[in-house]
Amino acid sequence: MTDKTILEKIKAIVTPYVQRKEGLEDFDEKTDFLTDLKINSANLVDVILDVEDEFNIEIDNTSMEGMLTAGDAKRIILAKIEN
Amino acid sequence: MSFNSIISTLPYTYPFLFVDEILQIDEESCTGTYRFPNDSYFYKGHFKDNPVTPGVILTECMAQIGVVCLGSFLLNITNQENPALTENIQIALSSSQIDFFIPVYPGEQIKVVSKKEYFRFNKLKCGVEMFNSNNELVCRGTIAGMIRK
Repeated sequence: MTDKTILEKIKAIVTPYVQRKEGLEDFDEKTDFLTDLKINSANLVDVILDVEDEFNIEIDNTSMEGMLTAGDAKRIILAKIEN
Repeated sequence: MSFNSIISTLPYTYPFLFVDEILQIDEESCTGTYRFPNDSYFYKGHFKDNPVTPGVILTECMAQIGVVCLGSFLLNITNQENPALTENIQIALSSSQIDFFIPVYPGEQIKVVSKKEYFRFNKLKCGVEMFNSNNELVCRGTIAGMIRK
């Protein structure tokens, strides 16, 4: 799976939870879930659960805490898929 | 830990505590009861000369029994070495979606039955139902909250 594909999937997963829609227009690795997209902490949990389902991986508490941007999410997903 | 000791860990008090008794609680589910006193303050205004328990209060009651009591129990069992900490639980409602079927009048006792959907990353999401004393479904839905010690 390419980086671009993963980022596109992440964008699709977060879209229903985004409160600041302009943040999606320039969605890239630097996009911050909390500050750029204004996703609240409860919906961030939904994002994580949807990521687990989409990529068939398990995210632990440490990974969750490090998942602040789309790039963080992509790196964590890639590392889990490779294992 | 007795079922009802959970109630003492709740961060609510009169006039906004809507739990009388916990009948059953385990890692997956929780059942509790509450009787709405005839003199509850909200009946004066909801509605004029026609007291009916407000839907937001029914939702609150479902959240307190179904999500906060269950959440406090789950925090307790993951924190047995230091259970005193859970007296300071922090909670916030994050979402609710409830359908209402029949009204609850002053003095009625209701029962709330909650089933855990998941508890991960401090978010507890439950399917919750409320029944009246005739075991008729009052309301049903999904409630989630962020809960931690």
